[in-house]
Amino acid sequence: MNANNVLAISSIVIKELYRRKDFYVLFILTVLITALAGSANFFNDARIVGWLKELSLTLIWLASLVIAINTAARQIPAERESRTIFPLLAKPVTRADVIVGKFLGCWLACGLALVVFYVFFGIVVSTKGGSVWVADYVLALWLHWMMLAMVIALSLLGSLLFTSVAANVTICFVIVVGILFVGFHLGKVAQQQAEPVQSIMLVLYNVVPQFGFFDTRQKLIHGSHLALVPVLLATLYAWAYAAVFLGGGWLAFRRKALN
Amino acid sequence: MPANDLVIQLEQLRVEYRSKELGQQTKLAVNDLSLKVHAGQVFGFLGPNGAGKTTTMNVLLGFVNPSGGSASIFGVDVRQPIARQRIGYLPELTYYYKFLTAEELLRFYAKIFKIPKAETEQRIDRILKLVELEHARKRQIRTYSKGMQQRAGLAQALINDPDLLILDEPTSGLDPLGRMKVRDIIKRLKNDGKTVFFSSHELGEVESICDRVAILHQGELKVEGSVEELKRQHQTHLEAIFLKVVGYQEAA
Repeated sequence: MNANNVLAISSIVIKELYRRKDFYVLFILTVLITALAGSANFFNDARIVGWLKELSLTLIWLASLVIAINTAARQIPAERESRTIFPLLAKPVTRADVIVGKFLGCWLACGLALVVFYVFFGIVVSTKGGSVWVADYVLALWLHWMMLAMVIALSLLGSLLFTSVAANVTICFVIVVGILFVGFHLGKVAQQQAEPVQSIMLVLYNVVPQFGFFDTRQKLIHGSHLALVPVLLATLYAWAYAAVFLGGGWLAFRRKALN
Repeated sequence: MPANDLVIQLEQLRVEYRSKELGQQTKLAVNDLSLKVHAGQVFGFLGPNGAGKTTTMNVLLGFVNPSGGSASIFGVDVRQPIARQRIGYLPELTYYYKFLTAEELLRFYAKIFKIPKAETEQRIDRILKLVELEHARKRQIRTYSKGMQQRAGLAQALINDPDLLILDEPTSGLDPLGRMKVRDIIKRLKNDGKTVFFSSHELGEVESICDRVAILHQGELKVEGSVEELKRQHQTHLEAIFLKVVGYQEAA
């Protein structure tokens, strides 16, 4: 793998994201919904800040997943459809460079988008009189970004396994949201099942990436602090899963016809 | 011709694809193809659709692994990425990153070849002038006409100042003016001493710019030689030779 090629490919992905409208549309929607909700005063309810935090963070999570999955899922199919994959691979570029470059580009672009979203979130909270713990916000943003590494790698892998971009986007979205909602409960549910369902569910519980580890929304809403060691462990966990997905993507891409 | 000026060498190249048709195991796309292209030549690679031209080019570019035989460029096995260091490739009908401008596109490809920044800018100026896209260099490719896109493609193929250009139907889908512009660029590249290996269905164009041609049919090499030599040998023009080779018979 060639770092120069990876960086060159990733720079194109970043350029694409900020020249497309997706990010701006989602950001404006998030701002509008949050501003609209924030302007309402429900009987001088003191919990309005908490409620606003929850709404804003949920929208940010949703927007980040849409951006990450959509951006990553169309990268390689778009290269094949427009045939730019041919002049690219006709240069001293390997398929591994393409996969890693696309991943890095999507990940960095999503990181930039997250910074914009979290700055907006901080502004919303501080204007409503809530406390802003910068260190916690930075750690929450970091964890969110790490989770997106897994999501992006998964979407890239999906784009090499499924023929249609729409199918890949839908499947990835269902998988990620499904794991976010029920991932942690799989273990408990498995205990109540008979064999072989129990074993299958336990395997699933241990194999699927637990995106829930990275969901710090409740901590931010209730002002709990984030510890550094679990964040570091979660970072390693995310990198390991991203590497596995990227490895799978590379294996699939190696065998794939270009047109 | 001295052996050390060999640019492309194919020896008994064989490419088989797994067939999608029921009951058929494989489809033979290229069968025992041996070919040599020397430095400075403009080599026309001809054949009807499905003859194996693009497959052969795909092997040369490392996109497809040969099932048998060997292929090398500048003496390096085409399966090594380094073999592509001195190549410029223009694929057929490619829609370049439409959100980039022509100069951004060229900067991207220059970065891959690790061309220093100052040198990159000089090359971009020179190449965009050559392909007549100077006036549109800061416009996004999405606003380009088909001919302009094709010339942007030619520009990207030239960014590394390649010794060998592989062009897959470079004038396909262009209007007469666009075709003439691309043809002029190929002639200028020939005058600069570049080796050009290209496929085309425009036989008049091939006749006017090629030194040598090879005609492929059903994956097999049927004819190879200099254009003049073939015309003298067959006492007719290239199109008639081509039609004869592929077995076309005019209706009585």
